Amino acid sequence: MDTKPKPSTALPVEDLLPGGGFLLESAASKEIFTAERLNEDQRAFYRTAVDFVEKEIVPRHEAIEHKEAGLIPELLRKAGELGMHMIDIPEAFGGLGLDKTTSCLVSEAVARQGSFSVSLGAHNGIGMLPLVFFGSDAQKNHWLPQFADASKIGAYALTEPGSGSDALAAKTVAKLSDDGQHWILNGSKMWITNAKIADVFTVFAKIDGKKFSAFLVPADAEGLDIGRDEPKMGILGSNTCAMSFDNVKIPKDNLLGEEGKGHKIAFNILNMGRLRLGVAVMGGAKYVLGMAARYAKERKQFGSALSDFKAIQQKLADMAVRVYMVESTSYRTTGNVDAAMSKVDKNDPDRGQRIVEAIEEYNIEASIMKVSGSEALDFVADEAVQIHGGYGYSREYGVECAYRDSRINRIFEGTNEINRMLIPGTLLKRAMKGQLNILPVAQGIQDSLHRAASPVPALGDGPMAQEIQLAELVRRATTYTLATAAMKLMTELEKEQEQLMMLADMVIDAYTIDTVVRRAVQAQAEETEKRAELHRLIASIAANTIYENAMARARRIVVELFPDEDQYTRFMELKRLHLDVTQPLVPMKRRLAEAVVEADGYPLPYVS
Amino acid sequence: MKILVTVKRVTDYERKVKIKPDGSGFETEGMNFVPNPFDEIAVEEALRLTKEHGGDVVVVSIGPNDATQQIRQALAMGAQRGILVQAGELDSDAVARVLQKLVEKENPDLVLMGKQATDDDANQAGQLLAGYLGWPQATFASKTEGLESAEEKAQKPGVKVADGWASVAREADGGIETIKVQLPAVITTDLRLNHPRFASLPGIMKAKKKPIEEIPVASLGVDITPKVRVLKYEEPPARLAGVKVADVDELVNKLKNEAKVI
Ligand SMILES: Cc1cc2nc3c(=O)[nH]c(=O)nc-3n(C[C@H](O)[C@H](O)[C@H](O)COP(=O)(O)OP(=O)(O)OC[C@H]3O[C@@H](n4cnc5c(N)ncnc54)[C@H](O)[C@@H]3O)c2cc1C
Repeated sequence: MDTKPKPSTALPVEDLLPGGGFLLESAASKEIFTAERLNEDQRAFYRTAVDFVEKEIVPRHEAIEHKEAGLIPELLRKAGELGMHMIDIPEAFGGLGLDKTTSCLVSEAVARQGSFSVSLGAHNGIGMLPLVFFGSDAQKNHWLPQFADASKIGAYALTEPGSGSDALAAKTVAKLSDDGQHWILNGSKMWITNAKIADVFTVFAKIDGKKFSAFLVPADAEGLDIGRDEPKMGILGSNTCAMSFDNVKIPKDNLLGEEGKGHKIAFNILNMGRLRLGVAVMGGAKYVLGMAARYAKERKQFGSALSDFKAIQQKLADMAVRVYMVESTSYRTTGNVDAAMSKVDKNDPDRGQRIVEAIEEYNIEASIMKVSGSEALDFVADEAVQIHGGYGYSREYGVECAYRDSRINRIFEGTNEINRMLIPGTLLKRAMKGQLNILPVAQGIQDSLHRAASPVPALGDGPMAQEIQLAELVRRATTYTLATAAMKLMTELEKEQEQLMMLADMVIDAYTIDTVVRRAVQAQAEETEKRAELHRLIASIAANTIYENAMARARRIVVELFPDEDQYTRFMELKRLHLDVTQPLVPMKRRLAEAVVEADGYPLPYVS
Repeated sequence: MKILVTVKRVTDYERKVKIKPDGSGFETEGMNFVPNPFDEIAVEEALRLTKEHGGDVVVVSIGPNDATQQIRQALAMGAQRGILVQAGELDSDAVARVLQKLVEKENPDLVLMGKQATDDDANQAGQLLAGYLGWPQATFASKTEGLESAEEKAQKPGVKVADGWASVAREADGGIETIKVQLPAVITTDLRLNHPRFASLPGIMKAKKKPIEEIPVASLGVDITPKVRVLKYEEPPARLAGVKVADVDELVNKLKNEAKVI
């Protein structure tokens, strides 16, 4: 009678692949963590967050967007009463010390209101995490309990007018005072979220103009000036300001972490931020898909509901597929991080450091989540406006706001260009260091392309056999192309940004297809038949689409890399991974659209 | 004081339910389940009363094993322990008889229940239970001060307990009727009694350690043979499309001659 999700299983530690490891082996082989495996606690936390957002935040949308004074801090405190800022704080400092999956699930729920979501993330994400991971015990004891209930609000000040993507080029300077008791800061920051409501900032500055370091700067420090609230395109209710430091004096103990090690803090915190942002944008996309589906059902033209028109159905199906892709890669990644964190010994004296390393291990996957999540949200928001027609352009309908709010996500937490460059860059760095066996695996793939036997993996059995095969072909093509580019250009590759961008897209494709297919295979045994069918449909649409895009990209990269002599050989090599028979997608998309319309949105909601 | 609160596992009222093709019931596949919202209000009221007067809140659910999830949610809100009576679908009379047995075992000073469950809207179990127990009852408990009041902000109970009596503001048509019932009593809650709190994250963690006793319904020796049978479920008829009229005259004409309402 009852249809309950199967008892959840965290990812078995032995199934844990290293970061980037999805390029090394086929989709058929190992288990991954998926949204189907959320445990009862995680579902309960999610429910609380959704309840809270639906009852306390969404109804205040107008007031938030009109910057009603004191409202965001009040709402952050309300979220604090529910323990929403305690998730990432260790128990020893008054938190709950929960897993990253929980942290991300809550971010997903909160994303229903963009401005609040960004303000909350700036407080309990980039605002608080520098302390959690790099603070001294004294600093943590002082600040974390106050962050937990949001009686004090945090913010993160890295960007400067002259240094955004190139964050390490910061010009803000810290000098030790003559008596050696204080740091004196001079310089300026730009685009700092929560600046006007924050009580304390993690500020990055260079000691004596050289050693990049982080400092805790209280908002009431003398000489600290917070500029006007920047007039923005979207997330209007969140507060973003420039800051200037004119001989701002802070106690010596307010140095965060070690002198000259600020880059470790900056990059790790951005990396953790990407995990959460990736999930948050996906939550936003689910919400917007709901608006689009309900509108399509109600609005009639030519005597039919919009949702009866095939062109609109196609849009709804494509939107659902994009959400599923990001949902799958997101929770696979948080599952990996959680499994890696659970391996860290509770008594390890360097436990904090080990945990940072466990999260860092999956920075490629986090960049993938950030890039594909933010672009999925843009796509979904754009199509939602389109489905609304003229009403989508009106401020009276929610999709107009969602469309504007979406745009920031491709810019902050590392622009999507910077994140794209990080993806192949980090993979190859690990390969060169011998941490990731990409080159031998690529060699094996290349060898197989020269043998008489077909290099296309045999079609297995089971309902997802074809998709498994496509995923495997994408993996091989990606690994092959990546290694070929690296061998051809060597250190010059860094400068060939066009290739890097395309390679990044291939890696994103490879991770996505592998994840989506594995998830759908697992879902066959774990889900009710109705939901299992949806997993099959979506994974099949995704796998076919990704396969075609990835193969086209691989060919383009090869052409660019080998404009003359070797082109033909490479082309012929790649061609052997080509499969002509793929499935017609239109019937599947129609079926999926029907499910979206019936569910009033994303058709695979979490159930409890 | 000891308060027994009932919590029913119901389908999520925010998601559309689908009737089975033969009309015999609902599709439950892939449905989301939540605590009956009226019961959440009862839990909230019980927590406020025990905060003011001391005592314990015991949560009871009658249903499938999965209903532990709804019990846990009440425990996460702050109730002390739970009881799950494992049973299939029961009618209101059987529910009342089962609860009667539990009340005899637990001896609470007060039973708080939602006025009805959002799945079948029967609005019977509380009244029947009071009848079987021979206790006074106060149905549709509301809050005189209203939900925007300072009392509500301060999380004060709407049910006022003193000297072994409970005073209850009942929602009546167009107004409020205040009555006093002697304890022990059965009180059922209406929508405007309180805003239930959220299950906080630390609350959810704590709830895991709170005990839930499981009792197979057969072991209670209660007659649960159904006295009411559902014959059929049907969708409400689809609304017909509207028509546009050119002017007031046409409207009046149509109201008179087609709709025949004036
Ligand atoms: C609403 C909002 C909130 C923000 N909140 C915060 C905050 O709380 N704390 C904080 O520290 N910062 C914050 N930021 C700053 C944000 O992180 C930066 O805007 C972002 O990192 C980009 O930097 P930039 O604006 O200087 O752009 P630039 O770095 O000038 O980039 C401009 C363009 O050039 C591209 N580009 C840059 N370098 C390269 C390269 N090497 N190769 C190829 N292309 C390149 C970029 O991808 C981008 O498309 C916020 C920004 C906004 C708009």
